[in-house]
Amino acid sequence: MSVVTSPVTMPDKSQDLGKEDNYLTHTSGFLSWALTLDHKRIGLMYLAGVLTAFTAGGILALMIRLHLWNPNIDKSQAWLTNQQYNQVFTLHGAIMVFLFIIPSVPAALGNFLLPIMLGTKDVAFPRLNLGSFYLWICGAIFFLFSLFATGLDTGWTFYTPYSIESQGPVVAATMGVFVLGFSSIFTGLNFIVTINTMRPPGMTWFRMPLFLWATYSTSIIQVLATPVLGITVLLLAAERILGIGIFDPKLNGDPVTFQHFFWFYSHPAVYIMILPAMGIISELMSVHSHKGIFGYRMIAYSSVAIALFGFLVWGHHMFTSGMADVTTIVFSALTFTVSIPSAIKVFNWIGTMYQGTVVLNTPMLYALAFIFLFTIGGLTGLFLGALSTDMHLHDTYFVVAHFHYVMMGGTLVAFLGGLFHWWPKMTGKMFNDFAGIVSAAIVFVGFNLTFLPQFVLGTRGMPRRYASYVEEFQQLHQLSTIGAMMLGCGLLVAGLTLLHSLFYGKKAPMNPWGGATLEWECQTPPPHDNFSSPPTVGDPYDFSGIEYDPKSGGYIKKKK
Amino acid sequence: MLPIFADVHDTFWFPKQASTFAPQVDFLYDVILWISIIFFIPIVIAMVYFMVKYRQRPGYKGSTEALHNTFLEVTWSVVPTFVVVWIFWEGMVGYLRMQTLPSDTEDVKVTAKKWVWSFKYKNGAESDKLYLQVGRDAKMIMRSDDVLHSFFVPAFRAKRDIVPGRYNYMWFQPTVEGTFDLFCTEYCGDNHSGMITKAIVQSEEEYNKTLALLAKEPDDIVERGKWLYERKACKGCHYAGTEGAQGPGPSYNGSWGKPVPLAGGGEVVFDENYVSNAILNPQGQYRKGYETASAMPSYKGQLKLEQIEAITAYIQSLQSAEPPKK
Repeated sequence: MSVVTSPVTMPDKSQDLGKEDNYLTHTSGFLSWALTLDHKRIGLMYLAGVLTAFTAGGILALMIRLHLWNPNIDKSQAWLTNQQYNQVFTLHGAIMVFLFIIPSVPAALGNFLLPIMLGTKDVAFPRLNLGSFYLWICGAIFFLFSLFATGLDTGWTFYTPYSIESQGPVVAATMGVFVLGFSSIFTGLNFIVTINTMRPPGMTWFRMPLFLWATYSTSIIQVLATPVLGITVLLLAAERILGIGIFDPKLNGDPVTFQHFFWFYSHPAVYIMILPAMGIISELMSVHSHKGIFGYRMIAYSSVAIALFGFLVWGHHMFTSGMADVTTIVFSALTFTVSIPSAIKVFNWIGTMYQGTVVLNTPMLYALAFIFLFTIGGLTGLFLGALSTDMHLHDTYFVVAHFHYVMMGGTLVAFLGGLFHWWPKMTGKMFNDFAGIVSAAIVFVGFNLTFLPQFVLGTRGMPRRYASYVEEFQQLHQLSTIGAMMLGCGLLVAGLTLLHSLFYGKKAPMNPWGGATLEWECQTPPPHDNFSSPPTVGDPYDFSGIEYDPKSGGYIKKKK
Repeated sequence: MLPIFADVHDTFWFPKQASTFAPQVDFLYDVILWISIIFFIPIVIAMVYFMVKYRQRPGYKGSTEALHNTFLEVTWSVVPTFVVVWIFWEGMVGYLRMQTLPSDTEDVKVTAKKWVWSFKYKNGAESDKLYLQVGRDAKMIMRSDDVLHSFFVPAFRAKRDIVPGRYNYMWFQPTVEGTFDLFCTEYCGDNHSGMITKAIVQSEEEYNKTLALLAKEPDDIVERGKWLYERKACKGCHYAGTEGAQGPGPSYNGSWGKPVPLAGGGEVVFDENYVSNAILNPQGQYRKGYETASAMPSYKGQLKLEQIEAITAYIQSLQSAEPPKK
């Protein structure tokens, strides 16, 4: 675990070949990737992995929406049978949550960026890092198995006792979750140690980029909450195989205990998903406004506050389950505490634009879309946190719309913004900005068209996880399906834009956006060892000396 | 057709207000909606205004200095705090009203089972639709025979999970006569979305008449079998009509006396023994083609011998009808 920031001699052959040496070209061959300890390559492999999972989950989502075009009361006319529909929504949820959203920002972007933002060579435990990637692959294989074995149909929540008696491959899927949990714990552990011990001289806690604050908060949740999920799914497997009688009422178990265990992890997991996204937005808003972030400390503290409060609110998933009144009321009160730090962040991001120089390019538009969508996601949480309205809205499409606004409108959109933002650094190629802007516009409109009608559906009483529905809901369902198709097209455009850049993109300058954090002082793409000499650490949001240089097409730092 | 659509949304957002809970829930919903709009609009206006005003353009150079304004930051932390405290308080008050059972209630025993509702009334009557008396507090005493279910009548704004292994209670007072959708809102397997029935609110006179009618068990054994079939949750999976083959479980129609292929190989004849085994020990002789179906619960202790015989007689009576098309 050595902090190798000392000058490293470049391999000679790179100069002989007349080719630039960077982490992509440093070594070649399959094994140089499969056995790499380089955080950048691991990050890139994660990126390929999570994007594949996202594509699979997205296709399943479109299947759900297409199926719901018709009310399907007459089963012979339905596209999918009820069983197939239940399997499709189960896998959509499980793949999106466990294989995509949780690892998306921390494991893919975080792995690539965290050491570079810290000006170091790698994370603290590079082998553990590679190990966590292989655990991810391993977990993904378990999920693939459940996909092709006779269907898993329990919902991603595995609620007992249905998951005990379901004929689907519940044990395989829960083992997948168990393994993925370790992948997540290892990543979190690695990041905590790296941030604690490997910050360069001069980078105090409050000179850290906010993305790192967010990643740090996330890592704490990953390390503390994920073991509970591991134990829960192990107990579930034991219940199925051995009948130990913890969750199964037939054996004097209590199914609500499972819900407590499950949400004790899965609610903090919501913050594992959204906090890194908030970190991305803090970076994007300030860099593309060329302006220091508004209220740095409040954003940093609010990340930590969200991480802590996030542990105390799991009960709000169970308001209708018949918990004691006092418990229910306490959980409702605690739930509202999370809304405040989230609101603070939104105000700060908007404050950042004030008097700045706002560049409306692809990453910035995704960031602005995030603020719009996340605000709706957050505000609709108020309806669900309040007890009497939740009695009506619980387990309806209102909830579905709410968490898609947070998870998809929030995390996914921020992930895309971050991906466009750091894409030039990762690949060395600039993408077509116009195509990117078009993709952001289609995604934004398509997303709202998909999920706004679902709020109305929910308030009118449409329950979730229904393969068929009463006819009065059809119009809104069809609107939502049209939106989903549009959203699919928008994401396709975004994907094609990035793919296109790989082959035809212009060479990216070192600092295409004018960022002040350390990754922009690193070559593009970064060399194997990131920095040949330790970079000097300044204020990550001091944009005063950074000016556009028409010659290179990027920004350079003027010496003061 | 009309009564089915009695609870089609009344306003843009909500179905008809049909219980005493509805006005308070809708009121809080509307207030939160307005609070949300009041927060959301300025956020979007500020965002768009800054996007335009401070956009990068030739001849304009914004400031780069990081700002920080204690007054603003405290304000936008404290004001929302007061607002959410109020929302929490209102929600809690409304919730406690829903939780406080009135002393004199009309009790209904609700049994949820994959994927049928069964309601038992004071006079012993049983039905698969929920009958209620307008203006009278009704208490649901709910239990599940198998997995989690949830009782939800959107028009009443009332919902409560039904958890196997315990009784869960809820109450409400219907205020309008009519027919309303009653949904299961906790995922419960293959036919979850088919677990829909109606809550029928009637005047006192009509309600008493309905209950008296429901309490009468038919004398004829085949009729009694059919009567049980409709009330003991068989109907949720096993179809009796000619369209039969589409249910989650095997159809009754035209099966009597025929050989049944088993999941583990081999065959067994569909006779009295088979029917009684299938009811008391459903997983004993699994029928081929239904391996992945959600498991049927055992009826041991829930049906008397005489009742099983009535159901058998009913199944037997279906043999003359057209065999189901596959």
